[in-house]
Amino acid sequence: MRRIYLDHAATTKTRKEAVEAMLPYFTEHYANPSAVYSFAGEAKKGLDESRKTIADILGAKPEEIYFTGGGTESDNWALLAAADAYEQKGKHIITTKIEHHAILHTCAYLEKKGFEVTYLDVDEFGLVNPEDVEKAVRPDTILISVMFANNEIGTVEPVKEIGAIAKNHGVLFHTDAVQAFAHIPINVDEMNIDMLSASGHKFYGPNGVGFLYIRKGVKIRSYMHGGAQERKRRAGTSNTPGIVGMGTAAKLAASEMERESERQCRLRDYLIGRVLKEIPYSRLNGDPKRRLPNNVNFCFRFIEGESMLINLDLAGICASSGSACTSGSLDPSHVLLAIGLPHEIAHGSLRLTIGDETTQEDLDYVADQLVKIVGNLRNMSPLYEDFMKKNGKK
Amino acid sequence: MRKQRVVVGMSGGVDSSVAAFLLLRQGYEVIGVTMDTWRPRGGRENEQAEGSCCGLEAAEDAGRVARRLGIPHYVMNFRKEFERDVIRYFVSEYLHARTPNPCIACNRYVKWEALLVRAAEIGADYIATGHYARITCLDNDRYAVRKSVTAAKDQTYALYNLTQEQLKRTLMPVGAYEKSQIRQIAHEEGLIVAEKPDSQEICFVPDQDYAGFIERYTEEKLPQGHFVDRQGRVLGIHKGIIHYTIGQRKGLNLAAGRPVFVTEIRPETNEVVIGEAEDVFTRGLIFDQVNCMGAEDLGQTGIVTGKIRYGHQGTPCRITDLGNGRMECRFSEPVRAVTPGQAVVFYDGDAVLGGGTIVDRLR
Repeated sequence: MRRIYLDHAATTKTRKEAVEAMLPYFTEHYANPSAVYSFAGEAKKGLDESRKTIADILGAKPEEIYFTGGGTESDNWALLAAADAYEQKGKHIITTKIEHHAILHTCAYLEKKGFEVTYLDVDEFGLVNPEDVEKAVRPDTILISVMFANNEIGTVEPVKEIGAIAKNHGVLFHTDAVQAFAHIPINVDEMNIDMLSASGHKFYGPNGVGFLYIRKGVKIRSYMHGGAQERKRRAGTSNTPGIVGMGTAAKLAASEMERESERQCRLRDYLIGRVLKEIPYSRLNGDPKRRLPNNVNFCFRFIEGESMLINLDLAGICASSGSACTSGSLDPSHVLLAIGLPHEIAHGSLRLTIGDETTQEDLDYVADQLVKIVGNLRNMSPLYEDFMKKNGKK
Repeated sequence: MRKQRVVVGMSGGVDSSVAAFLLLRQGYEVIGVTMDTWRPRGGRENEQAEGSCCGLEAAEDAGRVARRLGIPHYVMNFRKEFERDVIRYFVSEYLHARTPNPCIACNRYVKWEALLVRAAEIGADYIATGHYARITCLDNDRYAVRKSVTAAKDQTYALYNLTQEQLKRTLMPVGAYEKSQIRQIAHEEGLIVAEKPDSQEICFVPDQDYAGFIERYTEEKLPQGHFVDRQGRVLGIHKGIIHYTIGQRKGLNLAAGRPVFVTEIRPETNEVVIGEAEDVFTRGLIFDQVNCMGAEDLGQTGIVTGKIRYGHQGTPCRITDLGNGRMECRFSEPVRAVTPGQAVVFYDGDAVLGGGTIVDRLR
């Protein structure tokens, strides 16, 4: 059966170039880069190059890039270590209601430890209002953490404006850029970003590796204790192959970014156009313009998201109901609730995230299947029947 | 011609795993589904009983089996239906001094009614389970569940409330085999994920403390009250009516000098009535919420066998229709501890004729 993978926000396949770049680091340059002997040189070089590549993409310095085990670790580190380092100054943190759980659950943990967290509302498109950030800042605020782009509905947040506010007030600004890095342009100086989380497997690099950008001068320390790796800030033997693969994928993504994001935006808008036109009572979640190039998120009224996903799977289409981290539970998405959707609608959402190999033909197949599947499910739906009767359409 | 598609409810245990395998061998297109039904409040996951058919562990085990068989496997969320149709019913029955059977409610409303809807939504013609029972069409053109001749434990009692429509669309492939044969097949096909204990009586109360469960769920502590005898004399203090069931002898903490039993529970006065061993026996009962399965009309069945609880082996009886949805059943000899809220299920030989919910005993 044909398989169409449309869950690139969950993970991507590791691109060929990245795999090839990684292979020698398993079998030839396998030395521990922390070792003294010269055999470790190639491994060290691999780390250095990746660090430089990533720093260049962000407009940062190589020594400001700290490799981690992925996005969740980076998020945890940024929040926990900042809380630890700055608690003398205050115990107030500002974030939003639509963050990834790596942020939200870490905030909940900090609340238990005596910190106070303000969770900002977003508008119907999922946008944070910078004025709300401004108003939330207090003398004891030590950290603002707002995601660069939302993983479920793709909304790109006004990070630059928020960064400026943070700078004005002398408050640290962290952004979870797991969905955005290597997909859309980011410059840490222009945007006044103090810390930024990213993850290799979201941009065709390998799993299990990511990084945290920490601006020079930010005094947070490790929360992994052990060896002196990553300038003593993140202990643990370096994942050299993973880091090399991530660096390679980042470099290629950056060089292709303009062309690829334009192509994906075109495909994205094509799919959105077809679905909204051909499926009645459907809505696009998130901002139509300020949106990740690869993200499409719909709600279809009167049906359950679960059956839709299974039918799509049986038709060879890999989709998700939100973030892969929560779709196992199929609870209504906290993001969709935050943009004001009622519970029953927040249950029936569909996220399709396109990737480097997605074609228009793929999307035509997906749109055709969706029309069929949604139609079938509605024909079986008592909610739909009631609605049609009430509106005199049956 | 398209293969017929069947959704198998999979718990990761041997029976439902082999059910999936057998259906595959019979030429069906098989989709495995694990039903996610209940998570304890306060996010204490994995709190379900070992061997529970719906826990997170069950989903993982079932997924492994499905991958082994090369069939798709999905976890479907039935938490809303389960809470509405099983948990609330369970709690409400106890609060009304009846002893519920949550498995019967779960079967009728969740494992069949809700699953059939979802199965239809994904294009399935049938659902299948790993019950040791068979579904046959009787001479009167009605569908009935029959006991598997070889089953050590009867699995039909908790199925009496299924409708004709539900039965028409249900397959029970392991019912044609003995347990030992199913184990053998599972072994040969490498389907044994883990040796699991048999399913627990109440999957959402793993510690068996159902009274504690009800108090946590309702967030209310139920008041103590009086133990009384038949003449209304106070014998002592009870812990709250939900702690007792008809025929109960243990845990009463009454120094009567002889065995005494719960013979009646009175929610309106918050009293638990205590009596002698013979007071627990009765020759008949009233039941309602009648479901006819093999019999078109339970009032016209002559002498049949009635089972008043899961572990009861059955006693000959005769049913009379009282009208207004109520029926009376008289046994050939006294039966022990007829308990309101439990089901009475009638059999002709090994076939389930139907049943209902016990309302009261005949005095």
